[in-house]
Amino acid sequence: MIEEQSVIKVGMADLNVGSHDKVIRTTGLGSCVGLTLYDPEKKLGGMAHVMLPSSEIAREGKLNIAKFADTAIPELLSRLLSLGAIRSRIVAKMAGGSQMFAFAGGNDTMRIGPRNVESCKRTLENLNIPLLAEDTGGSYGRTIEIACSSGLLYIRSVQKGVKEL
Amino acid sequence: MEMFKYQKDFKMDVLKEVGNIGAGNAATALSQLLNKPIDMAVPKVQLLGFEEIAEKVGGAEEVVFAVFLRVEGEAPGNLFFILSPDAARNLLRRVAGISEVSGEELSEMELSALNEIGNILAGSYLSSLADFTSLSMYPTVPALAMDMAGAILSYGLLQFGQMGDDALLIDTTFLEGQDEIEGQFFLIPDPESFPKIFQSLGVPFE
Repeated sequence: MIEEQSVIKVGMADLNVGSHDKVIRTTGLGSCVGLTLYDPEKKLGGMAHVMLPSSEIAREGKLNIAKFADTAIPELLSRLLSLGAIRSRIVAKMAGGSQMFAFAGGNDTMRIGPRNVESCKRTLENLNIPLLAEDTGGSYGRTIEIACSSGLLYIRSVQKGVKEL
Repeated sequence: MEMFKYQKDFKMDVLKEVGNIGAGNAATALSQLLNKPIDMAVPKVQLLGFEEIAEKVGGAEEVVFAVFLRVEGEAPGNLFFILSPDAARNLLRRVAGISEVSGEELSEMELSALNEIGNILAGSYLSSLADFTSLSMYPTVPALAMDMAGAILSYGLLQFGQMGDDALLIDTTFLEGQDEIEGQFFLIPDPESFPKIFQSLGVPFE
């Protein structure tokens, strides 16, 4: 799709920002959510690969803030602001949050995808960031990339091909 | 995951042996299904970063077939049987006697056969672990997925996600003659299961 040298990779429970000709990519989203923030004027973008809905359930010693919806999004926002993004222009898109395996009598872990989506939405609302588009749910994996030049979000999946938001 | 930072080699060896016993039984079951000898590689026990786990099957975007079973009981965890699409078709041809495996998409019956093969192997893996450790471990109904490895495996890491950025993985590859079948077992015990596994084997867990 896009030349490798301009790609910024975001791993699982990771986040990063970029500008202009850069593309930010994360691969193999299942129940995780790929959340992007974008300032169209400054052509500044950011992406977080959110794994879990809330840092309240964290039992780790040193918190990885990129991992949880409620901590990753504020961090991503402040990273963009420090690069010169203007708060009021920032918009969000997201993809992922699927249920890879459907079970009868699923417990909370089984529903982690939808819960990640809900938590991302709630956090965006609290921060007053409009969610422009989403491609969430289903039972399949996604690879996504945001072009910092345009803010377009490309979503690729095994079964559904490529989609553009 | 602090508890593993200073893990003695000995403890890794114990876990490796646990993986060995389970995989040995599964290899026997597979060999009976295929009616030919099946070897397996010595299991590896590794504490891996989340990213590295998908790398073990060729990367987060690599398309794989996976049979997933949630392990319940005294030592819960997640068990995956992972196959490359080629290996999956290979298995279907030879085990299920499906001579013409359909094109890109597998049919309902092929998927169901694959699910059942995974179920048999995972079941024998698990029952030998349960025997060895005297811990009750029973599988949930298996689920099959064909998708990006990262999307599938991340599902098995959620429990670890609450604790840190690494997970303990016991993985075994099956070999048939000189050719690798490229079937892999991934056992990702829940963090809470380790003390129980060690205790049941008489290894002190501090």
